[in-house]
Amino acid sequence: MSTKLRKKQTAVSTEKQMMKGSTMLIEALKQEEVEVIFGYPGGAILPTFDEIYQDGIRHILARHEQGAIHAAEGYARVSKKPGVVVVTSGPGATNVVTGIADAMMDSLPLVVFSGQVATSVIGTDAFQESDVMGITMPITKHNYQVRDVNDLPRIIKEAFHIATTGRPGPVLIDLPKDVSLETGIFDYSKEVHLPGYQPTIMPNKLQIRKLVEAVSSAKKPVILAGAGVLHAGGSEELIEYAEQQQIPIASTLLGLGAFPGDHELFLGMAGMHGTYAANMAIYESDLLISIGSRFDDRVTGNLEKFAPNAKVAHIDIDPAEIGKNIETQIPIVSDAMEALKELIKQNGVKGQNSLWNEDLKQLKQEYPLWYKEEPDVIKPQQLVERIYEKTNGEAIVTTDVGQHQMWTAQFFKFKKPNRFVTSGGLGTMGFGFPAAIGAQLAEPKTPVIAFMGDAGFQMTLQELSLVQEMKLPIKLVIVNNASLGMVRQWQQLFFEERYSNSLFPVQPDFVKLAEAYDIKGIRVDDVAQLDSAVDTMLAHDGPVLIDFRVADKENVYPMVAPGKGLHEMIGVKPE
Amino acid sequence: MKRVITATVNNISGVLNRVTGMLARRNYNIESITVGHTENPTISRMTFVVVVDNQRSVEQVIKQLNKQIDVLKVSDITDESIMSRELVLIKVFSCPQQRAEIAAVINPFRATIIDVGKESITVQVTGDQQKVEALIDLLHPYGIKELARTGITAVKRGHKATNSDERVVLIN
Repeated sequence: MSTKLRKKQTAVSTEKQMMKGSTMLIEALKQEEVEVIFGYPGGAILPTFDEIYQDGIRHILARHEQGAIHAAEGYARVSKKPGVVVVTSGPGATNVVTGIADAMMDSLPLVVFSGQVATSVIGTDAFQESDVMGITMPITKHNYQVRDVNDLPRIIKEAFHIATTGRPGPVLIDLPKDVSLETGIFDYSKEVHLPGYQPTIMPNKLQIRKLVEAVSSAKKPVILAGAGVLHAGGSEELIEYAEQQQIPIASTLLGLGAFPGDHELFLGMAGMHGTYAANMAIYESDLLISIGSRFDDRVTGNLEKFAPNAKVAHIDIDPAEIGKNIETQIPIVSDAMEALKELIKQNGVKGQNSLWNEDLKQLKQEYPLWYKEEPDVIKPQQLVERIYEKTNGEAIVTTDVGQHQMWTAQFFKFKKPNRFVTSGGLGTMGFGFPAAIGAQLAEPKTPVIAFMGDAGFQMTLQELSLVQEMKLPIKLVIVNNASLGMVRQWQQLFFEERYSNSLFPVQPDFVKLAEAYDIKGIRVDDVAQLDSAVDTMLAHDGPVLIDFRVADKENVYPMVAPGKGLHEMIGVKPE
Repeated sequence: MKRVITATVNNISGVLNRVTGMLARRNYNIESITVGHTENPTISRMTFVVVVDNQRSVEQVIKQLNKQIDVLKVSDITDESIMSRELVLIKVFSCPQQRAEIAAVINPFRATIIDVGKESITVQVTGDQQKVEALIDLLHPYGIKELARTGITAVKRGHKATNSDERVVLIN
């Protein structure tokens, strides 16, 4: 905090200087203490890149704009700082659209600068012009087009404020080329003034008291912890509160790590591929306390059958999430950490739920996550479990989307917050690999493991160049089942095994591909080599890619089929 | 059910787009929308009539509107004591002989004839929706050639009358 204050004070000396728009941009990034930016140059953003060249601010040159923005997302998730992206107009901007939508769904703070054609030709279908404001309006928390260079400092300051406060999210600034070349007054000292944006941080005391009373009289309480706890930095408070009140905890996919995966009160992930214990706990509960989760359909299953006997308390910083999907009896608009602090302070009478906790403990033992080992093939779950064991669960893990993502969520028991980087809401294939680059840049000393499907990896594999160039010691784990595993699973279960366009009989040689980028490549298809391969991978001082050939027809279980309730899981036990 | 919602917003370009885009993508049915700047030229006021299924949907509309950075204040004024007005221009087929008859029909509505053509006359009427609908119904038999409605705009009354109906109460 003190360094932040000092930097803000030195800002006074540069206050009200005349400078070019592009210079302002870099100056503002410095004021915001941005250490690294991700991007790709192009015509309309050239003035800004010229400034980057002269100023020496650290810029990560991805090989595709989508790679840049996913890396920024990975960086934001792990560092808890805003990810900054700089791209050009037209195709540069449209290539980051997926990443912006992803960050919006998963509430990641990003500030994206897109170049734009000069204001004089906006609307004339000029070269590399596209309506980026229109395109990104529905997928950003807010967006701006700068029409006057004198507005630029205010806009950048507001953008960082909006992106990082309240419910975080992406903010885009569309910067026409002529504006970045014009000269104006740079004044970064003014306070942000946004009368239409005043997030509620502190909980309403009356509602907190209602929740305390509900907990005291509950016999079957359960907490559903979501990513809101991580964004608020409230993990310690969550543990303290759960232990104080002895309330068992289920987690959403994005909430994993907010509560230690090996804690005795932890039931596991809830939802479509959650644990039986977590789902049954929610189904049978008489008090469901959601903290920073948004009752996504992958968590709730059929809404009509969701927690039918529960009184619902919902703590969320975004009031629009409360009551959106689930009727809520105790609404608490608040930062998750602040609400938890208040709940801990109240130290209410514990509920009569020791019997319930015992039942759930038994359920957890009786219905653990399972898979069958086989002598001649690597099971994907086995692979994830080995890596979990051999890293002591200390690594930062990123995933792509699909089966391997679910297996990672199930078998990698995250002990600490912000170690799990995954695309939850949007389900973006091609996310995991570039996100690992951003995660590694955020924490250069922590081992980073990217679990990827063979299909998802091929969507953004051009970023191998970045790994080669920067010698980032990322461990790239391809969980290779030569198919779009989750699509194939659904086709098997719900489309009578018609595997339409989901199998990849022909694949590149991933080892040679790695070697082409000067990265150590290994192929493992023998289960006997699994342990040694994982050891080699973890011990290798540098980037390494392992193509793990795993069982190709393995399904993710247990599962709540679409349209079913959480209590109607299939595959809860080995057949 | 129909709800009348007003919003004060920053009077800058793109705000109407933000608001209508949000309503469309969240699947809300807007019956009408009117926009104009207020006594303060930097602030505009929007009046929406939305059709929703239940109270929870109204709450969602209001919350989603509030989430927009450029939206300053949102109120559901349906159950308040309000004055709501709409202006409608109706071009009615009319031969010269019928003009007097139509003039007599519209008179109690305090509507006025603002244009006369060879085969038609144009009637202007201002009022709440019920009054406007009633006049349109009456003019239908003559044959309506064109109809243009502004959609309603509304403000709360200066003096608060008590109203016992259930009101939308927002959390916090």
